[in-house]
Amino acid sequence: MTVAAAPVLVSRSRARRKISWQTISDHAILIAGSLLMILPVFAAFMTIGASDVEISRHGMQFTDGSHLAENFDKALFTQGGFTGAITGSTMLLNSFILGIGFAIGKIIFGMMAAYAIVYFRLRFATFAFWVIFTTLLLPLEVRILPTYEVVHGMGLINTYTGLILPLVASATATFFFRQFFLSIPEELVEAARIDGAGPVKFFFDILVPLSRTMIAAIFIIMFVYGWNQYLWPTLITTDEAMFTLVRGIKQIYQSIDGGSDIPEFGRALALAFIAILPPVLVVVIFQSWFVKGLVESDK
Amino acid sequence: MKRASFNQLGLPVWLLLPQLVIIGVFFYWPAAHAVRSSFYLEDPFGFGSTFVGWDNYAGLLASAQYVKVAVFTLGFTFLVTFFSLSIALVLAVKADKVIRGTRTYRTLLMWVYAVAPPVAGFLGVMVFYQGNGPMTEFLALFGYEFRLGVNYYDTAAAMVAVATWNHIPVNFIFFLSGLQSIPQSVKEAAMIDNRSGTRRFWDITFPLLAPTAFFLLIINITYALFDTFGMIDALVKGEPGNNPMTLVYKVYVDGFRGNDLGGSSAQSVILMVLVLVLTVFQFRVMDRRIHYT
Repeated sequence: MTVAAAPVLVSRSRARRKISWQTISDHAILIAGSLLMILPVFAAFMTIGASDVEISRHGMQFTDGSHLAENFDKALFTQGGFTGAITGSTMLLNSFILGIGFAIGKIIFGMMAAYAIVYFRLRFATFAFWVIFTTLLLPLEVRILPTYEVVHGMGLINTYTGLILPLVASATATFFFRQFFLSIPEELVEAARIDGAGPVKFFFDILVPLSRTMIAAIFIIMFVYGWNQYLWPTLITTDEAMFTLVRGIKQIYQSIDGGSDIPEFGRALALAFIAILPPVLVVVIFQSWFVKGLVESDK
Repeated sequence: MKRASFNQLGLPVWLLLPQLVIIGVFFYWPAAHAVRSSFYLEDPFGFGSTFVGWDNYAGLLASAQYVKVAVFTLGFTFLVTFFSLSIALVLAVKADKVIRGTRTYRTLLMWVYAVAPPVAGFLGVMVFYQGNGPMTEFLALFGYEFRLGVNYYDTAAAMVAVATWNHIPVNFIFFLSGLQSIPQSVKEAAMIDNRSGTRRFWDITFPLLAPTAFFLLIINITYALFDTFGMIDALVKGEPGNNPMTLVYKVYVDGFRGNDLGGSSAQSVILMVLVLVLTVFQFRVMDRRIHYT
């Protein structure tokens, strides 16, 4: 027995060693990948601790962080821009309004339309379906100029309505909720009808509670999407008090090659960091909902 | 539509109305307007417009600059798609394989999803900054002088690098979830049949991932075409000048800076047709896949 067992043991330990080399190289590749993702943002964050002079002389650098508080303070509370009417905290507020407003708009309109399409016998349901889903094909970027003219004509320039509504005009959320509603067992509707529940009661008492996870997932995706919008806010907000963070950074980095003064690197980097932080936190904290929503909504 | 459903007319119409109104006002009307104005020559001072037929389109195709932008867009799209898909695939395969730390790696590799393209572009400006950016200094070690915003190809390379960086996370998330949905029994059967990891990957894993990869291909092309606007705007600092730009960026430059409404609309229509073709192609291939599985 013992004699026979020995070779097995040897081969097993050899196999384990082989696997461990493999494992080490796997981890090395993953760590290299993670560093590739992290380093640019980390270097930017470290550089916020330097003064504008140091940054313009040496570029991105590791510092003792002596100017960190000063740069963040400048980014959040000092007025800037051409008119001097905007601070970072106003932009932060506008970004939240855009992100949250966009996400809520998408969810409410999307759920309503999907409910109508899935749960009602309608003659024009198929037609409505196609009218809505064609919008999935053409992103806003493609029809940007005429959309701008329409919104301009309605006098919605520099309003939150004009900022948010045109972005809501696509069917991503409707499509997502339609897929989800279709996967809910039909017996639920039958049971609800036998119990005498009307469509409104069924929606609020059964469908909404069932969709809670899905609503959370789509809220996260839409919030990040809205927060990160750039082209549309750039066109529609000319008044600096309406700037979002992502749009407002442009104003600052445009000065980098502009004048003879030393550009405000520290302030721009601090603003970039503030612009990155909320969506990243949301995605990381609600990771499993986010991944589930992303993977399932696009299928 | 469900078999069991409510029989009412008023309510569903009210439910659909808000969405249909928003889409009508902010989608169909502008889209129709774009098609219409692509056949007109707008007076730059706003004194009416004249019908010019296909002139705007003919003008575009004859324009050397438009062709140059189209060629750049094609190359840019190809490179970004290729690099971000292949890097994400390697990382996803490894993250699926390691026993410890899959969740940590997933977090570390996906959070860049939430970085807005223009902010990524701004970071790119800092990393490739002329003279003292970290990457510029690194390349200088090999004797190469990287000049962002001055040299056409250097700027193009920076654009590809930033776009790839920004888009690896989405591909990674989809590949990883695709890998994790392959049944354990299939993996074990493959393990018994074939001990070579590389062969196993190409014979079993890759075909099973093919639908995900195809879907991602379309997503990546759409991303490179449309979502890179902010990144490009940041890298060229809003001054396209002699720098490379994509077709979408040119729609913006011609329409809002150049006031060439007809030409810009014609470009929009060309892009719409392009997206429609891509989508039809996607549905076709997806359908065929469903038939034989």
